Amino acid sequence: MSLKGKDLLSLEELSAEDIELVLSTAQSLKEILARPIKKVPALRGKVVCTLFYEPSTRTRTSFELAAKYMSADTVSIATSTSAMQKGETLADTARNIEVMGTDVVIMRHSVSGACHFLAKVLDVPVINAGDGMHEHPTQGLLDIFTILQYKSRIKGLKVAILGDVLHSRVARSLTWGLRKLGAEVHIAGPATLIPPYAEVLGVKVHSRPEGAIEGADVVYSLRLQLERQRSALFPSKREYHDFFGLNRERLRLAKDDALVMHPGPMNRGIEISTDVADSPQSVILEQVTNGVAVRMAILYLILGGKE
Amino acid sequence: MMTKDLLIKGGRVVDPANSVDDVLDILVSEGKIKAVGKGLDETVEGNKEVEVLDASGKIVMPGFIDMHVHLREPGFEQKEDIESGTRAAAMGGFTAVAAMPNTEPPCDNEATVRYVLDAARARGWVRVYPVGAVTKGRQGKELAEMGEMLEAGAVAFSDDGSPVSTAEVLRCALLYLKSFGAVLIDHPEDLTLSEGGQMNQGPVSTIAGFRGIPDEAETVAVARDLLIAGLTGGKLHLTHLSTKGSLELVRWFRERGVEVTIDVTPHHLILTDEIVKSWGYDTNTKVNPPLRSEEDVKALVEALKDGTIDAIASDHAPHHLDDKWVEFDFAPFGISGLETEVALIVDRFVIPGIISWSRLAELFSVNPAKILGVPGGRISPGEAADITIIDPELEFAVDPRKFESKGKNTPFGGWRLTGAPWATIVGGEIKMKNRVLINRGN
Repeated sequence: MSLKGKDLLSLEELSAEDIELVLSTAQSLKEILARPIKKVPALRGKVVCTLFYEPSTRTRTSFELAAKYMSADTVSIATSTSAMQKGETLADTARNIEVMGTDVVIMRHSVSGACHFLAKVLDVPVINAGDGMHEHPTQGLLDIFTILQYKSRIKGLKVAILGDVLHSRVARSLTWGLRKLGAEVHIAGPATLIPPYAEVLGVKVHSRPEGAIEGADVVYSLRLQLERQRSALFPSKREYHDFFGLNRERLRLAKDDALVMHPGPMNRGIEISTDVADSPQSVILEQVTNGVAVRMAILYLILGGKE
Repeated sequence: MMTKDLLIKGGRVVDPANSVDDVLDILVSEGKIKAVGKGLDETVEGNKEVEVLDASGKIVMPGFIDMHVHLREPGFEQKEDIESGTRAAAMGGFTAVAAMPNTEPPCDNEATVRYVLDAARARGWVRVYPVGAVTKGRQGKELAEMGEMLEAGAVAFSDDGSPVSTAEVLRCALLYLKSFGAVLIDHPEDLTLSEGGQMNQGPVSTIAGFRGIPDEAETVAVARDLLIAGLTGGKLHLTHLSTKGSLELVRWFRERGVEVTIDVTPHHLILTDEIVKSWGYDTNTKVNPPLRSEEDVKALVEALKDGTIDAIASDHAPHHLDDKWVEFDFAPFGISGLETEVALIVDRFVIPGIISWSRLAELFSVNPAKILGVPGGRISPGEAADITIIDPELEFAVDPRKFESKGKNTPFGGWRLTGAPWATIVGGEIKMKNRVLINRGN
């Protein structure tokens, strides 16, 4: 059981054992974040490249800090600053990066499957930092790590995922991971934003949020992906919030100690109300902290680092 | 230049239009069939002016016609041109192809039809039948000068690549073509339902994270087209149907007297949308209409057996490697099909006994000739000697690198097939024999 030298493209393709390996490794690396000097030599001499074809604050920073805390060197390439603007193909850009000595490429891309394509192009491992509407596996892992931190188990939990599931790679990764570890996943949103044949993901589908939230241990609100909306999916942000947003009243349907989660960035007042986002039940910022630990674990395992 | 007479000796001649299925000889003279019968070899024995092609053990059929190919010329010669596309056709066992008009400029006028025909005469390896655009610039607004294009040599009309834009334009085009008797070939697609879609809508698209193209993007358009065919009594052919629902609609309208003909592609008869994901987002699986579900494939095969389907066409859509070696959304739709088409159908459907050799000849020759209104479809004295010969025992491994087509974009690379085109004869000239193209130097 090892992730050394392998790609991380999706949680669908990752075994429960490998997921548990990442989680336990992250658990032991997390204490580094609390040290006064946040630096271990585990990945000294390794080069980590982030290649982002879509904007990102959290994920890219999280990967870069994870790499730096373990003494790897990092380079980051984003669409606005690179030869991508000059029409260079993904395959060419990536191979150029590879021959300069990169040990792993972390990519975000607007096209589903782009990381699978990159993995065919490159010899070095590829980590998917979000591809189109397909998956965002490290987000799924950090979400599960966070749930585990508060609930001490995954098996048997009821998790409600609310909102724009159709466009959400976060929802797909989280669902695969949770299902593999034995949680029960409910999704809810307007039917225009629920993927067709969603049952194949192993979820129970609700057309209104209440049924999904009822008795839930975790209520996960998804960002309404305004940039991906076409006409006629929903009438207005206000109506969306009224009928499908996570607010105080709806949250009461969940268990008293239910966690409130969100992958960020939040559209406050649309998919989640501010009082819920900032409530004591919210672990949204803890997700972000855990993201660094989980990404340290992934880099450590894939690059075969040493303590 | 006079070509030698040709004796095709001892093959099993399958010629359903003449109700023939027997081991016979065929004598060809001056590009035409001179005689079909037993023991013709005795009459020419020792005659050095007659070339003898030993077809024993082979299946000899009227020349195959692929009624839907993209030769890409003029305008996209990096993907294919008339020479490379017709070499691919000859290699694939086709004596004629119908070339779609979505070129640059589009084939929407007499001059471009003439250009295609001139290029085909100069550089073509098989017959090329230009398909003219239905509307000017394929824009779906004004009718193109279809009468003039017919006189110049176009055989049918289509805005392929796109559907005929609206019910009203389709109505006018079908009515107008009644004065000329030519067929309108529509690519049925409701663009509002397919917009942004990358693959079939189904469980796989949801897992793969793609906006899907639902069956209804096709069936809504098929229903529209059939209603308008009923309204006008026009001559309509629907190409590359891919869904069970489309076939049910076709049967339903036919029972009510609407005349329509249809074709399907080999890839829709064989592959499902599963491979888009399981092959790691291979852009060679990206095609429009998309590869559908297992249920659709079964329905298509059933319709192949029961006669609902009139023809098989490749929708040969060659693309350059540069176009396909990119992220899935950025890759164009299309499969390079001419060189695998016949072998796939023989291997998958004829050899296992799902369809007969006679039905194969109907699908690839008799019906395409009839639908397009072109010569061929039979091996009769006096007809042009266009003949396709298949070796049912030939082992054929698909190697895209060896394609004559410039388009190496096939999902069938590495497949091993049994039964493949063994010779292609156009107007009495052997263009391909034993999997090798033959240049007569003329």
